[in-house]
Amino acid sequence: MNNILSIYRKELRSYLYSPIPYILIIVFMIITGWFFTTNLFLNEVVSLRGVLDVIPFILLFYIPAISMRTFSEEKKSGTIELLMTKPITEYDVVIGKFLSTITLAAFTFLPTVVYVISLTFLGKLDFGPVISSYLGLLLLAGLYISVGIFSSSLTENQVIAFIISFLIVFALFMINKVLVFVPSGMVSTMEYISSDSHFSNIVRGVIDSRDIVYYLSGIIIMIILTKTSLESRKW
Amino acid sequence: MSIKVENLTKFYDDLAAVDDISFEVKEGEIVGFLGPNGAGKTTTMKMLTSYLPPSSGKVYINDIDVLKDSISARKHIGYLPETNPLYQDMNVIDYLVYVARLNSVPKEKIKDSVKKMVKTCGLEEVKGKNIGELSKGYKQRVGLAQAMLHNPDIILLDEPTSGLDPNQIIEIRKLIKELGKQKTLMLSTHILQEVQATCDRVLIINNGKIVADGKPDELQRQFEGQMSVKIGIKRDPKYNSEKIIREISSINNVQNTKLISEDGNMWFVDVTASKGTDVREEIFRKIVSLNAVLLEMHKEETSLEDIFRKLTKN
Repeated sequence: MNNILSIYRKELRSYLYSPIPYILIIVFMIITGWFFTTNLFLNEVVSLRGVLDVIPFILLFYIPAISMRTFSEEKKSGTIELLMTKPITEYDVVIGKFLSTITLAAFTFLPTVVYVISLTFLGKLDFGPVISSYLGLLLLAGLYISVGIFSSSLTENQVIAFIISFLIVFALFMINKVLVFVPSGMVSTMEYISSDSHFSNIVRGVIDSRDIVYYLSGIIIMIILTKTSLESRKW
Repeated sequence: MSIKVENLTKFYDDLAAVDDISFEVKEGEIVGFLGPNGAGKTTTMKMLTSYLPPSSGKVYINDIDVLKDSISARKHIGYLPETNPLYQDMNVIDYLVYVARLNSVPKEKIKDSVKKMVKTCGLEEVKGKNIGELSKGYKQRVGLAQAMLHNPDIILLDEPTSGLDPNQIIEIRKLIKELGKQKTLMLSTHILQEVQATCDRVLIINNGKIVADGKPDELQRQFEGQMSVKIGIKRDPKYNSEKIIREISSINNVQNTKLISEDGNMWFVDVTASKGTDVREEIFRKIVSLNAVLLEMHKEETSLEDIFRKLTKN
């Protein structure tokens, strides 16, 4: 536990001391801000729908970008050897990095609270879906981050890590949009694998344990795969 | 026994990088691990630290099997990898505190041990700087500090002086010697002077096999061949160089005498005698008895370098 905390603190610190998260916040706010204002002024609807519809799509690029360096950089600079010869386990490192990256993601989502606040001035806002939306956002980001960290552990090249994780999360995102091409027997399985369908369930304010289990088990599987990939030097 | 290695073998595909080596390192020894590039030094180091698992064989660190309980074994080890990897964007103090935490140094002791290492490794001037801004010598010292911070019993240094300038090398060697008084220390190198300057014992490895193991001077004695003496005799028209050489050749045990050069006022003569004999005194007496003047006499030692070359030449 202590080891996870040490890794977590160090990683978070190096994130926050670099300019990257602040640039990301600006980019994130510009894109979501555009969807928020068009939804508000053109459709005249007091809701976060506009933002929430576009977020899963933004995260497809955004999360691979913030998680691509987690292990690639350690591999490239050789510091992975330093870490793996200290008395800490692979899980300590993977979980510490996962938690620090999701904290960074949450930090960059924080400014979107402005949207919520401004909506409360404009009309009656239903807070249930707002809270569940943030929960859904964190779960979705968590799943994508675990994929990003896994991809990063495969290569010392950050660009390759980005592409691999983008391809995986893109597949998870697209899978429920191509259901018409899938034999009917497989539809429900495919729908369950899709990250997007679970997200829209949670955003609607319906918190079903099936959806939570989906994200958590996805994250756990990716963490185990990452640990295995780190151990691959021993094969 | 601090380090015990039994029949350690590592294959990379079909190539044996380390081929069935066994050795032991006692507590408090400074051992130099010597070999040409690609001999298997780094691979062995990586197996000692359990970063790489052996293809076969065993490694014990303070009697702990590194494969069975690698986390406890790692607690006893301080390791400086060959490439000295560091987090370039961290400052020296933050980095050392981080490493102390990873080594589970108790919270209340972290500050003191970091302070002590900063002092021991001469990092006072740069302690607030980012590691990326430091010169290579300082980076190397940060690497050493990182390896010794948690006060491990066993320190493994993979080429600790590579890339340093001569002054820095001397400083690092001094530091290593200082440390070796209390710790078990194993350093790999392909620089012979380093071993002669710092180590109690040498292990020479070539093509993944240990080809020599012993104290530097023992090895020198063991590999000593014929005795070779170079002498310089004052050149004097009264004498004939051929006669002098003939006289020296007649000394017992002398096998070969050769005039190698002559300059303005000296003849240089190379004398070889059979193994294990010392003919220097005889040469001196002979020359005196001939009324010639001996200006120089020098015994050519078998250096560690010769041994190294002999053992590692394919």
